[in-house]
Amino acid sequence: MAERQQKSKQTGERTDEAVVDAAPPVTERGEELKAELDDLLDEIDEVLETNAEDFVKSYVQKGGE
Amino acid sequence: MALPKVCGIETEYGIVVRGADNNPVTASSLLINAYLAETARARTRIGWDFEDEQPANDARGFSLDTSLAPEVETTLVNAVLTNGARFYVDHAHPEISTPEVRTAREAVVWDRGADEIIRRSMIAAKSMLPEGAEIVIHKNNSDGKGNSYGCHENYLLARELPFGRLTRQITPHFVTRQIFTGAGKVGCELAGRTSRDVPYQLSQRADFFEEEIGLETTLKRPIVNTRDEPHADPQKYRRLHVIVGDANMSEVATYLKVGTTAIVLAMIEDDELGDDWALGHPVPAIRQVSHDPTLAQTIQLASGGRATALEIQWGLLERARKYEQSHGLESVGEAVGADVLARWEQILIGLESDPKSLAHQVDWIAKRRLVEGYAARHGIEPGSDKLKALDLQYHDMRVDRCLALRVGLDTLVTDEEAAAAMTEPPATTRAYFRGRCLEKFAGEIVAANWDSMVFDVGRDPLRRVPMMEPLRGTADHVGTLIDDSNTARELLDRLGDPTA
Repeated sequence: MAERQQKSKQTGERTDEAVVDAAPPVTERGEELKAELDDLLDEIDEVLETNAEDFVKSYVQKGGE
Repeated sequence: MALPKVCGIETEYGIVVRGADNNPVTASSLLINAYLAETARARTRIGWDFEDEQPANDARGFSLDTSLAPEVETTLVNAVLTNGARFYVDHAHPEISTPEVRTAREAVVWDRGADEIIRRSMIAAKSMLPEGAEIVIHKNNSDGKGNSYGCHENYLLARELPFGRLTRQITPHFVTRQIFTGAGKVGCELAGRTSRDVPYQLSQRADFFEEEIGLETTLKRPIVNTRDEPHADPQKYRRLHVIVGDANMSEVATYLKVGTTAIVLAMIEDDELGDDWALGHPVPAIRQVSHDPTLAQTIQLASGGRATALEIQWGLLERARKYEQSHGLESVGEAVGADVLARWEQILIGLESDPKSLAHQVDWIAKRRLVEGYAARHGIEPGSDKLKALDLQYHDMRVDRCLALRVGLDTLVTDEEAAAAMTEPPATTRAYFRGRCLEKFAGEIVAANWDSMVFDVGRDPLRRVPMMEPLRGTADHVGTLIDDSNTARELLDRLGDPTA
């Protein structure tokens, strides 16, 4: 949960800026997003289920509602 | 004027057991019982009261008594919580219905509360399973193999609103809102289409809708569901039961899903929306919109013209702006309504100019960025099982596995608010009365449901307290009375007739 709190703080700041300031130049923002995605993909490799494909194959639910 | 849009969210979660017998019904019961045992150890278990359930009644004016009627299974675990929610086994899934709330923001708070209850339940269940086994819950709507389960919304409407007009006018929103409410899906589950045809789509659910209108929820699913079970005074109210939405991981998406829908419904109730956006063929359109992440394709209007989903959303927003000027937004909460309109506009601008910029707010865009980034880094074919695994894990409710918690989604609710919503009811609806009574007088309550509670105060007969008005029994109305009463008997004596 600590991580979520940290993230929500960061995103909260970003939202405030987006409302108050003009959007940063597209190239700068693009670079920022790319760096963020790279970090994210590094992290995904760590948290992804080790046998993710088997899990998705065996994931069968009953229809609901 | 439109009635207050009292609303709520019901989420059926996906469930699997790893490392032990994988029976979803047994596992759902175990999950809920584990939570109840942990959190309500000192509390008497309160059962759900089925007296007033009529899921087979149809809003079009007839009642189904055939085997097609949806079933309510009365023998499975079914509990009412002190936050006013219902936590139960529905078919083969654990389901949480949030308490009735007054605004979209409150809906997000208690939806987050429900998610936290699920997380706590998974941990509690682990101690009841063999070493190494665990129950894994997903907040999604499909197993990727053609089986779907729902995330339903409910909205209070006036009984006199003609159902035909409601259906015609709400359908364009239900078909097009997925451009910002869609939770995203790798692949396609429509018969005859494969991941090759549709490697990625906006919605988890769109593939499963086969009718424009109907009573079903489990087969031949309709875009507009006609279940007529108001859980309130049936002379005055309807409850629109919305089955067409995705479960959202993004709080902003949940907020806009409920917020925009409540405003559009208020406009329809006041007959201020009109038929400009009525659709020619809603069922093909809902799939077409979902299957088109470019958002460029047009769908057929009843008038003969064509429009993109984005154009229809701009049209609805423009009407909503005018409605705000002419009628105000008290029916959805003035401040929340104004904020929903502002965010709605920002989202449409983003979708129009640079959809990737919404990767912190819209689930299908957040998930797509992840899936496409991963595919590019590892050279994986679109629509492959590896990417389907990412899709599934986006919705994994385990904090250490959930990918949605890692993509930097904007939040509207603090962790403290979400934690409080696990046990405390909203102050603004009758859920307050239900939750506070359960918290304080559990030993004197025999049963509870949405529109009544049954008390045993030690003298015959049992006292059923009707709660047919969703906005009676709020903190303003009964807070002090409950605070000042030491027993339910005292409370009932002070209340006299709580519905008066």
